Amino acid sequence: MIGLFRDFTNGILKENPVFRLVLGMCPVLAVTAAVENGFWMGMAVIFVLTSSNLIIAVLRHVIPEKIRIPCFIVVIATFVTMADLVMNAYLPAIHVKLGIFVPLIVVNCIILARAEAFASKRPLLNSIADGLGMGIGFTLALLVISSVREILGTANLTIAGNPVFTGGLGFEPARVMVSPPGAFITMGVLLGLLNVATGRGKLKS
Amino acid sequence: MQLFAILLSGVLINNFVFARFLGICPFLGVSRKLETAIGMSMAVIFVITMASLISWAFYWFVLEPLRLGYLQTVAFILIIASLVQFVEVVILKVSPVLYQALGIYLPLITTNCAVLGAAILNIRESYTFIETLTNGLAAALGWSLAILLFAGIRERLELADIPAPLKGFPVALISTGLMAMAFLGFQGFLKGVLF
Repeated sequence: MIGLFRDFTNGILKENPVFRLVLGMCPVLAVTAAVENGFWMGMAVIFVLTSSNLIIAVLRHVIPEKIRIPCFIVVIATFVTMADLVMNAYLPAIHVKLGIFVPLIVVNCIILARAEAFASKRPLLNSIADGLGMGIGFTLALLVISSVREILGTANLTIAGNPVFTGGLGFEPARVMVSPPGAFITMGVLLGLLNVATGRGKLKS
Repeated sequence: MQLFAILLSGVLINNFVFARFLGICPFLGVSRKLETAIGMSMAVIFVITMASLISWAFYWFVLEPLRLGYLQTVAFILIIASLVQFVEVVILKVSPVLYQALGIYLPLITTNCAVLGAAILNIRESYTFIETLTNGLAAALGWSLAILLFAGIRERLELADIPAPLKGFPVALISTGLMAMAFLGFQGFLKGVLF
């Protein structure tokens, strides 16, 4: 039980895929112009990561060692296609905004990395805990980045179509934050601040 | 004119790295030295162009007539993975020298989202064969332009006096952001100047 809990929290804090491992940067940068997009991208990744970890953990003794990567990719691609079709049917507006980044979850390094490093070697329950934890860690990171960008870039925050701060936050929005350069700069500054907070930068110098 | 617009758009206006956020992992991963950046660029140009053409043909001649469009993601990723393996074997047989130069980059390309991204974009935009060829080439050239420019900057960043917490990824991302801001200047280029 303690082992399961450790596997679950591992992805949220200690090995956060975005802030610690710096993996899967493309969707992190691309869909974080608004909090809502970031949230649904995170949900899609949680679904794909947990389901693919589950199936790969179940099949880990059946999949031949030599062709394991293509097998993992087919499992992952199947769940990505499911997520893509479900979003297209029930969340068409979000699906359009996320664009090609929904099918591109297939090539997100986090998912293949967890399949290879964790799910193909560990028991079923641990793999599910790991998938959920990593997915939630990824979603939290997306939420942090997208709220910084949306607040600075639009001087407001929109959740489910309604602005959170009626009348705005009373400063001139910096439009660049919601355009592509803002994504790189926000991510760079956040990583730098995290290094300050954890004292990692100092150790090296 | 249409083809020229696609080319210009892929290289400058909708640059894969700076505007579309595709292929960021290898962009940050192999840009520490100009030499490795050149090797990776050559491999990427080759694979993106080939993958665009093959996936285009597969979609319009196999998936679409059989009404299997929903298998697009699974089919394309398998095409790309086998293409990369195939290219690796062929290069090894034909030119061991080229293999020495590109060999280590080829396996990395399978998980480069720029390749799958270009293949999917070609279908979404309903490009013809020639347009697909142009778009694939333009996307790859744009990605290579970005990584080559960035490798040049990064070689100098290594020697610069940067605050310790910003060393490595943070400063690389911030410099990419500044480059993206410069590339933002190309937005509206086609509408305003050419047409």
